[in-house]
Amino acid sequence: MTDAAHTYQPGQHPDLPPPSNAVGILAWLYKNLLSSWLNATLTISAAYLLFLSIPPLFQWLFFDADWVGETREVCSREGACWVYIIFWFKQLMYGRYPDAELWRINSAYVLLVLAAIPLFIPGFRWKQWIGVFLFFGYPIIAFYLFVGGSFGLTHVESPLWGGLFLTLVIALVGIVTSLPIGIILALGRRSSMPIIRALCIGFIELWRGVPLITVLFMASVMFPLFMPEGVNFDKLVRALIAVTLFSSAYMAEVVRGGLQAIPKGQYEGAQALGISYWKMMALIVLPQALKLVIPGIVNTFIGLFKDTTLVLIIGLFDFLGMAQLVGTNPDWVGFRIEGYVFVGAVFWIFCFSMSRYSQHLEKKLHTGH
Amino acid sequence: MAADVQDDLAPTRPAIWNDPRYRAVFYQVLVLAAVLLAGAYIVNNTLENMERRGIASGFGFLTKTAGFSIDLHLIEYKEENSYGRAFLVALINTLLVSAIGIVITTVLGFVIGVARLSNNWLIAKLAAVYIELLRNIPLLLQIFFWYFAVLRILPSPRESHNAFDAIFLNIRGLFTPKPVFEPGFSAVFIAMVVALVGVIFMVRWAHKRQEETGQQFPKFRTSFAILIGLPLVAAMLAGFPLSWEYPVLKGFNYQGGLRMIPEFVALVLALSTYTASFIAEIVRAGILAVSQGQSEAASALGLSRGHTLRLVVIPQALRVIIPPLTSQYLNLTKNSSLAAAIAYPDLVLVFAGTALMQTGQAVEIIAITMAVYLTISLVISALMNWYNTRMALVER
Repeated sequence: MTDAAHTYQPGQHPDLPPPSNAVGILAWLYKNLLSSWLNATLTISAAYLLFLSIPPLFQWLFFDADWVGETREVCSREGACWVYIIFWFKQLMYGRYPDAELWRINSAYVLLVLAAIPLFIPGFRWKQWIGVFLFFGYPIIAFYLFVGGSFGLTHVESPLWGGLFLTLVIALVGIVTSLPIGIILALGRRSSMPIIRALCIGFIELWRGVPLITVLFMASVMFPLFMPEGVNFDKLVRALIAVTLFSSAYMAEVVRGGLQAIPKGQYEGAQALGISYWKMMALIVLPQALKLVIPGIVNTFIGLFKDTTLVLIIGLFDFLGMAQLVGTNPDWVGFRIEGYVFVGAVFWIFCFSMSRYSQHLEKKLHTGH
Repeated sequence: MAADVQDDLAPTRPAIWNDPRYRAVFYQVLVLAAVLLAGAYIVNNTLENMERRGIASGFGFLTKTAGFSIDLHLIEYKEENSYGRAFLVALINTLLVSAIGIVITTVLGFVIGVARLSNNWLIAKLAAVYIELLRNIPLLLQIFFWYFAVLRILPSPRESHNAFDAIFLNIRGLFTPKPVFEPGFSAVFIAMVVALVGVIFMVRWAHKRQEETGQQFPKFRTSFAILIGLPLVAAMLAGFPLSWEYPVLKGFNYQGGLRMIPEFVALVLALSTYTASFIAEIVRAGILAVSQGQSEAASALGLSRGHTLRLVVIPQALRVIIPPLTSQYLNLTKNSSLAAAIAYPDLVLVFAGTALMQTGQAVEIIAITMAVYLTISLVISALMNWYNTRMALVER
């Protein structure tokens, strides 16, 4: 009791602050950047590399770049020429779709966004109906809006479609058609009927084993031979069929992963209740299996979205194809890099946000056992 | 009432349309018939169309003269050669770009995957930026970027980028010195083979001795010494029968040396950097899949850090890494078909492009092209399955 400041009962000592070399910015720097000689060398060389590359990059991208103007003459060539992108913006977004009809595409975009917003509101009640609308109703509305030819809309031929719009059309048609086909194929592959199983395995392995380009080539040169005389497919339709064949095989494998993860008891329970095969699948197995593989489906979609760029090889002008095309314009020679940076940035934003969303879903849906 | 129940429980044969076995047969016959009918319809249409358009059929065209040149050929090829020869040249070009891409992407992917897990915050973040940047941008765009934005704006041969006066980079491609094997080189080659065989026997003997006596033998250092030493001694005895042919600027271009065409460089760069971003994530997942307890247990047993890595962590991580890694290799091989977009003479461009345009025999050519890729895929997945069963955990 003589020296109260230094004597405590056992367990009564107040918490001391952590030692000064274990907290704070210096400790963090030491632990994460300079803990050993090797680490320090790595840090310094990486920092030097960044110092060499980042300032000129930003200089080119933003500070020295030319943002306003109408012609190439305003571009100083010291930095990026964003005037080029602004000048060709309409072509990059919509291809050669007629100016007067652009509202059709825009209203389809707006409708899609409006319909999709409720899906992200937690606890919204009619999510299923919105989903059904997006899967079945929306494509029909969008088809009439884009193609026209009825309801007083003028017909717009598909060779005029292009740019980001065409990329989105191909990717969305691919996903909407490949999901149901993929489910059927996955069920077929796990069926107990040998002929059906063999057919499904053959189909899946065939398309998964070849590159998408060969499928697109096949679609563009062989489909016309397959059809009777007089029946002629649009080039876009042929590309869409190729993309669907290709992605449904990948989708089938994703869905199969989900089907395999459902415990046997679920199947047996359903059979014990006397439920028929299709009802068992539709009401008990598939809802659980699809929930499990939503991240896989999103990943397939990201892959499909990136792969749509290949259609430029068979002569469709998608987003990247349009960037290539305007890059060859004699009035605007030498601005390819700007085009690639812009297209790359748009693709990156789409794909990165989708992959983040899929990671978020994975966490949210991981209800665990 | 009771009697009725008794009657209901008596085993009854279901009607034939309710018997699952008959139903299964019925459905399968139905599906098969539909598929066969659709197939016959397509074949019939195709034959009619081909007859009407005057397209020849059959594989006879493979022996006819191709009449076009191919920029890059590893085997002898001239315009007078046949389509079959052109096919072979193109196939080798595809395999070449895939093989070199696979080697580079493996090294790059492992380095970045390990860097992603580094204790160094800056290095880990840089690796993460690399991965997220590259794998979210379409491969075709990256190929275009390397080809049109980087390699097409390189200087002319006279102002080429130059490293040590031996490696030159300009718009015509990448020029490197070429090894020239002089007559005595066969001795060195034989020494290499002997060294390899010797190492195999040495490792077997060391394993056997360790199992019998428990004594260890410095396998790694010894094999290193044998592999380097023996060919070196042979080379010295033969008077170093290897020289380098340097590229020299003559007129408007470099002559001699090894020339890699810009299309090849762009394709290899794009394929390997893109695939490396996927491999890095696979490597990271593989390393994280080995639980901390494994390395702790190993150090508790007194294993050194090197032994822990080599005997405990890496074998377990590889079990997780190898299957997705093979499928990335397969993807790289399939993606090499994007060569067609920048005119690298691969299978798709030469065979499914030029040869198809000239002969018009779409069905045969597309079928051959697809069959080649399908064969590569099936062979690689068969190898992977074999490896998986061999490496699968044996539960005791």
